[in-house]
Amino acid sequence: MSKKRNIKILMIIISTLFVLLMLVFPLASVLVNSFSKGLEFYFNSLKTEYFFSALGLTCIVTFITVIVNSFFGIIASYLLTRYSFAGKHILATLIDIPFSISPVIAGLAFIMMFGRLGWATPIIDTINSITGWNIKIVFAIPGVVLATIFVTFPFVSREIIPVLNAVGTDEEEAAAIMGASGFTIFRKITFPHIKWALAYGVVLCSARAIGEFGAVNALSKTRGMTFTLPLEIDALYLSGSSDSIVAAYAVSSILVLVSVILLVIRNILEYRSDRIKISVEERAEIKED
Amino acid sequence: MSMKKFNLCVVVMAIILSMLTGCGATSGGDSKNVKGNSKTVTITNVSYDPTRELYAAYNEIFSDYYKNEAGIDVTVVQSHGGSGGQARSVVEGAEADVVTLALAHDITLIEKAGLIEPDWIEEFEGDSSPYTSTIVFLVRSGNPKGINDWDDLIRDGIDVISPDPKSSGAACWNFLAAWYYASQKYGNDEEQIKSFMSKLYGNVKVMDSGARGSTTTFVENGQGDVLVSWENEAISTLSEYPDDYEIVSPSISILAQPSVAIVDENADRNGTQNIAHDYLSYLYSENAQRLIGEYGYRPSDKAILGEYADKFDLDMSLCTINDFGGWNAAYEEFFKDGGVFDEIYSR
Amino acid sequence: MIKEKNKEQNNKRKKRHGSIPGFGLSMGITLTMLSMLVLIPLASILLYGLSLSPSEFFAIVCSDSVRYALRTSILCSFIAATINCVFGMIIAWTLVRYNFFHRRLIDGLIELPFALPTAVAGITLSKMYSNTGIPGKWLSAIGIDVSYTHLGIVVALIFVGIPFVVRTVQPVLQKFDYQYEEAAHILGAGRIITFIKVMLPELMPALLTGFGLAFARGMGEYGSVIYISGNSAKDHTQVVSYVIMQKLNYMDYAGATAVALVMLITSFVILMVINLIQIKQSKRTNNV
Repeated sequence: MSKKRNIKILMIIISTLFVLLMLVFPLASVLVNSFSKGLEFYFNSLKTEYFFSALGLTCIVTFITVIVNSFFGIIASYLLTRYSFAGKHILATLIDIPFSISPVIAGLAFIMMFGRLGWATPIIDTINSITGWNIKIVFAIPGVVLATIFVTFPFVSREIIPVLNAVGTDEEEAAAIMGASGFTIFRKITFPHIKWALAYGVVLCSARAIGEFGAVNALSKTRGMTFTLPLEIDALYLSGSSDSIVAAYAVSSILVLVSVILLVIRNILEYRSDRIKISVEERAEIKED
Repeated sequence: MSMKKFNLCVVVMAIILSMLTGCGATSGGDSKNVKGNSKTVTITNVSYDPTRELYAAYNEIFSDYYKNEAGIDVTVVQSHGGSGGQARSVVEGAEADVVTLALAHDITLIEKAGLIEPDWIEEFEGDSSPYTSTIVFLVRSGNPKGINDWDDLIRDGIDVISPDPKSSGAACWNFLAAWYYASQKYGNDEEQIKSFMSKLYGNVKVMDSGARGSTTTFVENGQGDVLVSWENEAISTLSEYPDDYEIVSPSISILAQPSVAIVDENADRNGTQNIAHDYLSYLYSENAQRLIGEYGYRPSDKAILGEYADKFDLDMSLCTINDFGGWNAAYEEFFKDGGVFDEIYSR
Repeated sequence: MIKEKNKEQNNKRKKRHGSIPGFGLSMGITLTMLSMLVLIPLASILLYGLSLSPSEFFAIVCSDSVRYALRTSILCSFIAATINCVFGMIIAWTLVRYNFFHRRLIDGLIELPFALPTAVAGITLSKMYSNTGIPGKWLSAIGIDVSYTHLGIVVALIFVGIPFVVRTVQPVLQKFDYQYEEAAHILGAGRIITFIKVMLPELMPALLTGFGLAFARGMGEYGSVIYISGNSAKDHTQVVSYVIMQKLNYMDYAGATAVALVMLITSFVILMVINLIQIKQSKRTNNV
């Protein structure tokens, strides 16, 4: 028995040390650095016009990204778990691709498409000249939005698919046999199952969208106009003087704060969805009996 | 798939397509600059990393001047980054009415893409370089390793910090300055020069992607014994930490000429050709030249340069890019893939 | 028996897209959005890459800098993913099996690397592990340099990769049937043997998935690596993403897209394997 206890303590110590060293230390280091010139300096560095512009843009971009990716994530995971068709695995893999691709490539992809030399630029120009609009994709806000959507594309669907797989299709099939329309089935049966997974996916997706750097860096060049918070941090950091480096940490600390809040929300969501999962499993057991 | 389902598929595709383009149109409006107003004009200056502070100050005096002179409010939007990357973003369509980059070659890249007229280098005085700089060494206080000239950098146990010539303009100037020193020392014996350079780059401990990154590595993260740096970067670091660092001028260095140009295609389209021209030529005015001196760049105006004689080591002998046959030749020989840099670096 | 029959019927029905309506609609939306937002942009890169002749392509991909960068990326991602598997396994185990005071806290912190912007992570890590930061100061005192070496890259990749392993192993452990373990124990198997013979085979698919995800992420990582790696071509501390950026800066689009293409194919293969493992796994758990 005491051997078992020793193992338990050892495991807990290893886990705690790892988390402390690899995750908590960097976090603490950001916070310590951001306050190294005092509270007043900290708040002053959060009062610049650049900061507010970057904050605003980050919010807009994250909002659009989350809407688009949630919409896509729900439908794609519905498709992948409720129907079987040829090429399903390839489709699933293609959806996952942005997950592992270098953000640099993501940025490059949009530049190759919409940049001055890109093949889609003549199309945009034609649209502009016919309608009198002035659409600009890369080096403007739409490009930032597109790049962010790209890198966070699979985040929601990855969370929903396992839940839908676990729940199974029995209920939906029953409803379909009874003559319910697709939309009704989705609203009344599927959605209640996935709502916590969806919320969890949204949280992860927004966390990643807020923090995206590599892809956006490739196609956003104007500070104060198309800069998101991570780019603003980079700009401050590269400004070189020790003041601006501390300011960079101060802005980072805001992002850290946001991510901690998101993680707390995530934990609450997970707690709830755990309870739901348990109830699903209990029901499944009853059925089997 | 039945015909009905197929039709549905197509309809949905069409709806989403129109949604996405609609989305693009509305958000495209946000990023459009206000240019219709005759009293306020916005121009964009795409520049390289170390000039952030200089242009922040210059833009203020320029818009005061222009308000008085022409009665027009000018807002200058700045963009900074590694010089090569900045040139590329202009080629790819980033908004830029003027470019003020670290070396002429980067502007030539934009010229080759057809955005700048070929004779741009003649457009402004002194090869379109309103200010120059050079390459110096920044060492830790008291110069503990006794670094006085280029050949000290190849000694064993010296850690050098210098950026990557493959991605940084400053790094190219560093390389050429060292090369010129070696060529003077070894009397154009190519083999010896190359082995000198090979030793030098063998001592480079951290090779950041840009000049600013190198400064941070040296100053903030405490790496290395000597930073091979822009003179203006060294001066601004010294003014911030006067007790911690010293500037060492090598016996020979290079006259680094950051170049400026109007991006003709964009300026013509935006109707900002005149303002862009005034913006760049005002850099040669007395006020601007003094400001340039304040920020640690060497003013091109000889008389004003003289006023800052205590700031710059004017006795240093400087070679120029013409000693290498101009930027295009130097780039072909040294920096392109498989060039001399790759050769000495992989030894 | 009845169950068997049901399953058969189910399968038959599934072959005709199942009985649930809405296939055309969801297929249409999925394909359109996927192609608009991901596939067409990626195809634009392919287009550029394919404009090269095969010999040009191989000349670029086999050039020294690209070869070393690929080696560095693969090696460091592999080591980091392996370390993450070990620690991810331990952490997941601890979180699932034991109840202790700060369990929820650790559970919550695991996903921090998802949320922290990669650039912030990179800047912070490079400062912490350089020989002026803590714990870099202590490590360099005993002769271990982390920042600006391969070790630094590995540290950064461990940081970005750990959640992938923990989050894929955790649910499987949660569902794990204690009976086998206990049975093995009663039959006299030791702790370690029980783990290796009974648990590990069951956990293998999840562990491999986590490994693959962490590895794939590591291959593509940019923001958190470039600050800590030192990017020295001599010490081969340049990663693939950095080389792509380098080529772009000299407007060598052909070179950049060629390298990008290699990365694209690598990550597609890795993800495909992961998906196949996951399918196998879900079939297995369904059968149990």
